[in-house]
Amino acid sequence: MAKTSTSKSSESPQPATEEGAFPLHSLQDALEKEKRFKPSDEQLMHFYEQMLLIRRFEEKAGQLYGLGLIGGFCHLYIGQEAVAIGLQSALDNDRDSVITGYRDHGHMLAYGIDPKVIMAELTGRAAGISKGKGGSMHMFSTEHKFYGGHGIVGAQVSLGGGLAFAHKYNEDGGLCLAYFGDGAANQGQVYETMNMAALWNLPIVFVVENNQYAMGTAVRRSSAETEFYRRGTAFRIPGMDVNGMDVLEVRQAAEIAFKHVREGNGPVLMECNTYRYRGHSMSDPAKYRTREEVQEQREHHDPIERVKKDLAAAGVEEDKLKEIDKGIRATVGEAADFAEKSPEPEANELYTDVLVGEY
Amino acid sequence: MAIELKMPALSPTMEEGTLAKWLVKEGDTVSAGDVLAEIETDKATMEFESIDEGTVGKIVIAEGTEGVKVGTVIAILAGEDENASDIEAPAAEEASDEVKDVPGEGKDVGREGNPLDVDKPASKPRASDPEVPEGTNMVKLTVREALRDAMAEEMRLDDRVFVMGEEVAEYQGAYKVTQGLLDEFGPKRVIDTPITEYGFAGIGTGAAMGGLRPVVEFMTFNFAMQAIDHIINSAAKTNYMSGGQMRCPVVFRGPNGTASRVGAQHSQNYGPWYASVPGLIVIAPYDASDAKGLLKAAIRSDDPVVFLENELVYGQSFEVAQLDDHVLPIGKARIMREGSDVTIVSYSIAVGVALEAAAELAEQGIEAEVIDLRTLRPLDTDTILESLAKTNRLVIAEEGWPTCSIASEVVAVCMEQGFDHLDAPVLRVCNEDVPLPYAANLEKLALIDKDRVVAACRKVTYKD
Repeated sequence: MAKTSTSKSSESPQPATEEGAFPLHSLQDALEKEKRFKPSDEQLMHFYEQMLLIRRFEEKAGQLYGLGLIGGFCHLYIGQEAVAIGLQSALDNDRDSVITGYRDHGHMLAYGIDPKVIMAELTGRAAGISKGKGGSMHMFSTEHKFYGGHGIVGAQVSLGGGLAFAHKYNEDGGLCLAYFGDGAANQGQVYETMNMAALWNLPIVFVVENNQYAMGTAVRRSSAETEFYRRGTAFRIPGMDVNGMDVLEVRQAAEIAFKHVREGNGPVLMECNTYRYRGHSMSDPAKYRTREEVQEQREHHDPIERVKKDLAAAGVEEDKLKEIDKGIRATVGEAADFAEKSPEPEANELYTDVLVGEY
Repeated sequence: MAIELKMPALSPTMEEGTLAKWLVKEGDTVSAGDVLAEIETDKATMEFESIDEGTVGKIVIAEGTEGVKVGTVIAILAGEDENASDIEAPAAEEASDEVKDVPGEGKDVGREGNPLDVDKPASKPRASDPEVPEGTNMVKLTVREALRDAMAEEMRLDDRVFVMGEEVAEYQGAYKVTQGLLDEFGPKRVIDTPITEYGFAGIGTGAAMGGLRPVVEFMTFNFAMQAIDHIINSAAKTNYMSGGQMRCPVVFRGPNGTASRVGAQHSQNYGPWYASVPGLIVIAPYDASDAKGLLKAAIRSDDPVVFLENELVYGQSFEVAQLDDHVLPIGKARIMREGSDVTIVSYSIAVGVALEAAAELAEQGIEAEVIDLRTLRPLDTDTILESLAKTNRLVIAEEGWPTCSIASEVVAVCMEQGFDHLDAPVLRVCNEDVPLPYAANLEKLALIDKDRVVAACRKVTYKD
């Protein structure tokens, strides 16, 4: 688990019978029975490739930022890869929707969207997925039912409630996966949305990506209830406590949660405990935690290393993995070249897309 | 392959920094995540981490060096198959390969755009109201009924349209604007929300992103301040930020402006607030015909619309053409009364005040032209300026505060584009610049009235 001594708790899990036990635990119980998804060799390899793509992409984005090619804010997903891949690999992309906050590169890559158009958005180029007008925090792909990429902490949760509302209204069988962080989990509108989502039985999975720090504030310094999965209790929303550093556990939790929602049982609140290796954004000196803490996570809980071990156990040779890494580095390198060399938007783009209609 | 480590930019504004300390030395093996050096920026001391594995081949910039430009090679890392000692430092001139700030391909910090390159779209002539065929039956409708009819007609035409808000369904609307909708359309499309403006404004906005056509009622726009983030940050900006991918066809509607004796927190005109935001359409009709025709247009619009009604006008009756589909153009002002001596520009409830003032002025031999803006964004400046060119004198009557108001905006338009037509300074007649008091006498003193508009018109026509 990624719950570190500096963050929410280091105590061992409480037996369900003790006072203060979480009452809405049916989904958690299902997860406890079988914690890890059993992938085919092909699926496992695909998880590895996708997670590694996110890692290498983000490392490259960090480099480009360092070269001044990416401006403003740039929030990297390094360390959290298992969350997006574990969850989104379980979606039905023909009908389900996804929405997240500003740390959004990984969620887009999880769709298999061309890294070139994502990187070109980061560098503010015309070929970027938002024509260079959104930037790192504001990326969308309505084609894939990915609805952003939102810069205001917590706003994506109510918007996700609206997407879920539309799924239900249209009776399209889809669900909305709405991600937010441990910081956003303290925004009032998150609970306004949970209330309505439960009241109206909306098909939504609320996912708290608990990376232990809201910018520089550790969870225990900001949150009276640090077990975020319990925070739906007031609205009778079942909670799940998931190791977000293990893609197979996340995927297993996704299977359970999505089934529950698709069967018309209303929302689920899932907490994925994870860890961000880098600063909150590129300009964060990260003085609020020790290097040892970060190194401990990297060395002992890294989600990609974990999949590597699973692959080794499945008989995949180290050389094969190196080969894949090389290929991904090349893809990311091409994306970076493209993002650096493709032209900026035409000046006339300044005035386009303000309104859809002509008045 | 050798990897060049370059001086990183560690904040959006950093151009150079001090290489305070090396934490590795030549020959050291490093892996991803190891701290290589400490770098001082203008804001903080940052740790510079390696993202690659390898051996430190050469340290090019010594620790303690100040003013190291971003992009300068500071060290070379040898890859797995290389001998670190073979690595050569790059020649001095290559050492500073800072990314050049070349428009179209370079770095992006602080570049100045060339305004000559920008082709600002010219404003197009706006559509006029469709002709009402001769012999069309005219019916008397209250504004309240007209708004309800607009929603009901659009809901019949388009299954994607639904209404949500506090007390809109079973209670039949706090101000009875949604009366009867629940009976006709059922609870799926007429939805009572909890008292949770931020949340349901977000849900409405998200539903619009998901392809529906929500009409979100705020019991009054005073409560929409809790939700203004979604109206502005989520609804208004998304189409632009997504490069035109993501539509948000939502209508936020409800009563706006001063009601009667409800005190400061329930009495405010938000027209100027929303009208300042690109990406929004802002409509504030006065009579029943415009309320109906413009609300129908708002629901059909692919853009987010803020539709500002007025509680004190809900019960007033006006003639409305009985047409199958009474839709009016967004962005077009309406001349309510023609005149040649002075122009009174107004909107919403203040149009009634302006018309009363014009009637009194006519008795005094002053012919006032009264313009109802109807849409506050985009503003129909052509109609204002054409009228100004005719009357050469202009007064704005606005039920709202004067500072940073629609009136201020109209004054600016007249100064910038109509200066040569002005025979007198443009005057604003607005509410007093105070929170609205409760006491009946004070409330009356705070609000615009006919006499103040008459006085201003006499002043700009030099009658007083």
